[in-house]
Amino acid sequence: MKDVKSPAKNPAPGKQGGLNAEIQSRIGHQLRAMYDDVVRQGVPERFAELIRKLDVPANPPHVGETGGGTNNDGRD
Amino acid sequence: MPLTDALRDDILATVPSLRAFAISLSGNSDRADDLVQETLLRALANIDSFQPGSNLPAWMFTILRNLFRSDYRKRRREVEDAEGNYAKTLKTQPSQGAHLEFEEFRAALDKLPQDQREALILVGASGFSYEDAATICGCAVGTIKSRVNRARSKLAALLYVDGAEDFGPDDTVRAVIGGNG
Repeated sequence: MKDVKSPAKNPAPGKQGGLNAEIQSRIGHQLRAMYDDVVRQGVPERFAELIRKLDVPANPPHVGETGGGTNNDGRD
Repeated sequence: MPLTDALRDDILATVPSLRAFAISLSGNSDRADDLVQETLLRALANIDSFQPGSNLPAWMFTILRNLFRSDYRKRRREVEDAEGNYAKTLKTQPSQGAHLEFEEFRAALDKLPQDQREALILVGASGFSYEDAATICGCAVGTIKSRVNRARSKLAALLYVDGAEDFGPDDTVRAVIGGNG
């Protein structure tokens, strides 16, 4: 936030949209409060079960497939 | 790398923050959980391409972010009840005043361009470094920094410009005037 330029030493309250530290700290606080509220809910059972069920063998047999084109790492 | 028990635990450990990211992005808890489920399935299906020792949360977030992006392109945004729906995901309902403030914040966040919103969440809430956020979003570090800054400016403008006098010395003045009222 240090690269935020404040246009004047004493910006008129309310009119400049000056990003003072207090506003930024409130925004940061609200953002984390919103996010952490979900994080604190932990792992819903449906996902725990999903991961347990998908018990992929450590060394899948790799049958069929000849061309080794499995480079999809999920990044499109 | 192969799916070891330890890796499965690590994947499970990313679920709470994946959900928070998904809800922050989509504004809709049902859709968010679908995104998380799809992310887990993709991650497990592609686990061979995960580099051992690299950043697992960043890898998972990348998958989720890309899924959200392609989903978004497909059906645009059909979440008019985003705020109400999001509020339902809260374990503890905030008090009336806090709830209003929360909804205002949520609405302002939804007004940000998607690029800026995701950058702000990744850096400001998920706690990723600018470098990791850049990897997740597939852009330069400088781009992430500028998106985060623009997101912060815009949120400040949306939320606090009209009420900025609340922060100024006017409060004291008003209190004095009010006290004499």
